Amino acid sequence: MESQLGKDTVRKEARDKVTGAAKYTNDLADAPMRHAKLLTSSHAHARIVAIDTSKASAMPGVRSVITAQDSHLLCGSMLRDRPPLADGKVRYYGEPVAMVVADEEQQAQAAAGKIQVTYEPLPVVNSIAEAIKANPVIVHEQLMSYTKMEQEVYPLPGTNICHRQKISTGNLPKGWADSETVIEGSFTLPQSDHGAMETRAARCIIMPDGRVMIKSSSQAPYSVKEEISAYFNIPAGKIIVQVPLVGGGFGGKTAAQLEVLAVIAARAVQGQWINLVNSREEDLVSSPSHLGLAATIKMGAAKDGKIMAAAMTFYIDSGAYAEISPKLAKAIAVECTGPYNIPNLQCDCCSVYTNHPYAISFRGFGHEALAFCLERMVDKLAFALNMDPFQVRLINAVRPGDLKPTQEKTTLSNTGDIRQCLEKLRTLINWDEGTPIKEANNLIRAKGIACLIKTSDTPTDAGAAVILTFNSDGSINLNCGAVEIGPAMKTTAAQILAERMKMSLEDIHVQLTVDTASSPYYWKTVASMTTYIIGRAVLNAADDALGQLLNLAAIALHCPPEDLDFKDKIVFVKHDPTLYIAFKDLVKGYQFANGNTIKGPLVGRGSFVMSRLRPLDEATGKGKAGSSWTVGAQAVEIEYDPQQHTYRPLKAVTVIDAGKVLNPKTAKGVVMGGMCMGLGLGMNEEFVYDPYGIVANTSFRTYKMLRYGETPNYLVEFVETPQIDAPYGARGIGEHGIIAIPVALANAIASAAQIDVNRLPITPEYIWREKTRA
Amino acid sequence: MIPFDFAYYRPETVDEAWGCYFNLVSANKKPLYYAGGTEIISMARVNSSVFDAVIDLKGIPACHQLTLQDGAFIIGSGQTLTRIAEFGAYPLLSQTVKRIADHTIQGQITIGGNLAGTVKYREAALPLMISNCRVKIMTRDGLLEMPFLQIFDGRLRLKEGEFLVSLTIDENDLQLPYNHVKKTKMAKIDYPLITLAAMKKGPEIKAAMTGYGDKPLLLPADMLNNDSLPPAERITNMIKLLRDDCKSDLSGSKEYKEFVLQGILEQLFKNFAEGS
Amino acid sequence: MHYAGDSIIELHVNGESKSVAVKPSHTLLDVLRKQLSLTGAKPGCANGDCGACTVLIDAMPVKSCLMLAVEAIGRQITTVEGLKDAPIQDAFIRNWGFQCGYCTSGFLMVCHALAMHHPNAEQSVIEEWLQSNLCRCTGYAEIKDAIQSILSGNLHRHRQRGAFF
Repeated sequence: MESQLGKDTVRKEARDKVTGAAKYTNDLADAPMRHAKLLTSSHAHARIVAIDTSKASAMPGVRSVITAQDSHLLCGSMLRDRPPLADGKVRYYGEPVAMVVADEEQQAQAAAGKIQVTYEPLPVVNSIAEAIKANPVIVHEQLMSYTKMEQEVYPLPGTNICHRQKISTGNLPKGWADSETVIEGSFTLPQSDHGAMETRAARCIIMPDGRVMIKSSSQAPYSVKEEISAYFNIPAGKIIVQVPLVGGGFGGKTAAQLEVLAVIAARAVQGQWINLVNSREEDLVSSPSHLGLAATIKMGAAKDGKIMAAAMTFYIDSGAYAEISPKLAKAIAVECTGPYNIPNLQCDCCSVYTNHPYAISFRGFGHEALAFCLERMVDKLAFALNMDPFQVRLINAVRPGDLKPTQEKTTLSNTGDIRQCLEKLRTLINWDEGTPIKEANNLIRAKGIACLIKTSDTPTDAGAAVILTFNSDGSINLNCGAVEIGPAMKTTAAQILAERMKMSLEDIHVQLTVDTASSPYYWKTVASMTTYIIGRAVLNAADDALGQLLNLAAIALHCPPEDLDFKDKIVFVKHDPTLYIAFKDLVKGYQFANGNTIKGPLVGRGSFVMSRLRPLDEATGKGKAGSSWTVGAQAVEIEYDPQQHTYRPLKAVTVIDAGKVLNPKTAKGVVMGGMCMGLGLGMNEEFVYDPYGIVANTSFRTYKMLRYGETPNYLVEFVETPQIDAPYGARGIGEHGIIAIPVALANAIASAAQIDVNRLPITPEYIWREKTRA
Repeated sequence: MIPFDFAYYRPETVDEAWGCYFNLVSANKKPLYYAGGTEIISMARVNSSVFDAVIDLKGIPACHQLTLQDGAFIIGSGQTLTRIAEFGAYPLLSQTVKRIADHTIQGQITIGGNLAGTVKYREAALPLMISNCRVKIMTRDGLLEMPFLQIFDGRLRLKEGEFLVSLTIDENDLQLPYNHVKKTKMAKIDYPLITLAAMKKGPEIKAAMTGYGDKPLLLPADMLNNDSLPPAERITNMIKLLRDDCKSDLSGSKEYKEFVLQGILEQLFKNFAEGS
Repeated sequence: MHYAGDSIIELHVNGESKSVAVKPSHTLLDVLRKQLSLTGAKPGCANGDCGACTVLIDAMPVKSCLMLAVEAIGRQITTVEGLKDAPIQDAFIRNWGFQCGYCTSGFLMVCHALAMHHPNAEQSVIEEWLQSNLCRCTGYAEIKDAIQSILSGNLHRHRQRGAFF
């Protein structure tokens, strides 16, 4: 049987997606249904003096108007600091303040507009600098009283700092002493948005027996279930979360937000489905966004370009609530050296509260922000040393045996081969022709390069199970808890199963929707970990099913199971393949000639959990945050107009060590999508705040994502250094395409315009300002 | 989803539309004239515009003209940007409207809507401001015709109930040498940082721009065409003169806009010099 | 013509006449999705910015979130559900033109109309038409491959098969 792996494989749900048959949460036909709409805050920081709901309650069709007065509750997946509806004060512009439930969507919206809220404005924490200055305005007065949902959260009393992660290795004074050249840099990155095309949506109904049914566009249905259970004190088994196809996630659909509100609404209107759908404006600011960052880095290197020491401080703009940002701080800290070996190191990474929309995981999980700072530093270092930035990267790239910032040992299997990626990149971007290059038309062509690295940063118990059931034709139904958010993870799981079972992919049927009542547990569809975690569980389930099939076939074929082999849904005797039995005659049990049947319908089950992960030491960061890393190298080539300071990307290149490419076209597509998003962050995307912390660009009219024709030519290639413990060697690659693209662009602009680029996005006006300042 | 109800009228004549408007007003209703609907719907959706009725002008033949006749190009106010661009009689106008919003929406936006709407840019006005253009307005005295610039000073100065019926552009102005530049913050599909339309009639350059301030403006013709000064000096003078009109917004700061305008005008002079 | 409050109107959708109860304030997008269960057109922004709700009105792409249902009376509406084996559907599958699929219906409708009106469209025209829509998953490269694969070279086959419903 020809291998299924390494071949371009069309996703299982392709036909549904080109015919309109594919259903997303808000497409589902549930009846009867009530509609919930939010009233959101018009201030970034203000005391709620009064909420008058009387007019809204009197509006036609209105069933309920809900405020925090109806359910004092605090939510948060790590630190319970966030009321689902603002309680006492609002902490960001767009924060949900009240909710209306009405018969019609229009009625709910109309009534929401009639709720009168009296605010008393408070001074606004409108930047990281304002959050960490002496005697700052405090966003959370009760910070130390919040319940921790996870142990690894260390808030600092009396500050806006909700978590601090430290890394310390080697001997920093010695590192500085060994450095010939020491440079410093400061960087700021704005908050931005996931911009998934499907806005977040949640539905909920409370059944007569108290079961809570939720339908949601979530990447994390099992977390939703667990969080709802904890918040409302409902037994987990009575909560059922269903997720159909999801219209893009990018990390933004990992927090329980609308689900919590939908449950609150459903409790107010018993026995009816509640439909709560974000408008685009709400999706941009009311729901969580992409972190902002401020960083200062000092880096020293010996004359030969070897980096000897680095001291780094990062502040994450987590916005008004902690949500996952302590974990983002940890992720940045554990990867703070990038794919480079820095023997003497100190890193301090804090998550700070501001009066901005709150941050959550975003494609790259902080690594895209870290890479910006670090890879700008590497270019600056190369400049200071008068060396080729490519060589500086090559010289410092990690080798097997080097220690990571967490003091984990690097191996080829756990990290892949960054050098090979760099060498490939060098050819693909034609690095040796040099940069910048003056073109005949008064334009300048320039290139920038940068490296990427990312590990999973999963909890130490992240795991999944898979269930296989069989159809009477011997084909298999694959049921797992991974949500299909776009990268074809269900198809990847099917490929892995087909490969192990030595059968056609056509005979693997995937359950596209997830239902926590029937689909086995999966931690979350995040962190580029589905191929690894689900993949390993699939392999275990396949082995379980095969064991059963072979044992039953052994009875049927009157021979020991070890004499049997299988292929194409048939079990046969190895030394005489004319003796065989088909899967279809085994999967419902084996029936003897006389009708007697043994062994019932076959179920294959497999599970997998991350192994040997451990929390980080609070003082040094020693520990293990992931089981493996994915590395790569990226480049962007631009054409720059030195008169107008405008530019356009010509070419973008990514080389990733994928371990093993299971589905080349899909892999390439996911990487290109990440690159496009990275260019968006580099060129356009940011939340713009007015002096009062009000987000000025809350629609796609003004929050600009790249469109057709604005993108460069993409070149994507892979290196394949197997990760030995991963399914067929395949590493996670879902997020990685984004990571070093913004900084590769920045390095290209720095080269073209001869300016120091220390923030994103890079607009022509920014370049003009830097040029005129200089 | 629009959070309030309203009535929809689709009159077939200008008089019917006029009558409809004032019937509603006398019944204490707030009517709005409606054409492409793109701005009205997007504003109504967020309660930025609230009304009791819309009067759709698209069914009125007079608002639907698109023809070259009697030495003029006549455009009904209800014509879509796409149809106007495809008709192609006035290349500068075609090019200007093809850069408003995006291609799909150009099939919905009407020229009347772009001129009469509340979004400050009104890019379609630029080619009309610099050509010999007359408008037909429905008024209490019936249809009145007047020069475009008499009723448009950055926005249409219509009295209650009045509406734009059609535009007439002198044939002699349609095929003159022209320049159209649209600069945005970064993205191609965006509101303008500056959009400038210019044409050269004989020796004289005429130009209008939007995005620079709160509304479309004409560039001072005397300074633009002051042959006693080299272009660079004329540009400096104009930027100085327009300093108070220049406004910072989401697209860019005032200072940056001045820099960009300088580049646009340098190129403009160069293009027209080469062209002649 | 005048509508106020609830009215029964007739819409021509995908070759069929449908009676629907609407208010003048209902957008075409809402009516297609809620009354006619044609959920292929997606609300992505309801503001005309993303194009996920694009349908064809008399064979031209229109953002159905910015059109009132009553404006569509007497016109031919085509939604993604009305594409029957249009070449662009296969082209999107063959070229990996989508990931999450949410923007796909809108892109398909724009591409389908483009292929009808400009079977030999140049790059600049393709760009102009397709810039009306946003995709957040792909980097547009595969969408470019998909539209190009049904233009020019495949013109004949396209004309034969590309009826509107």
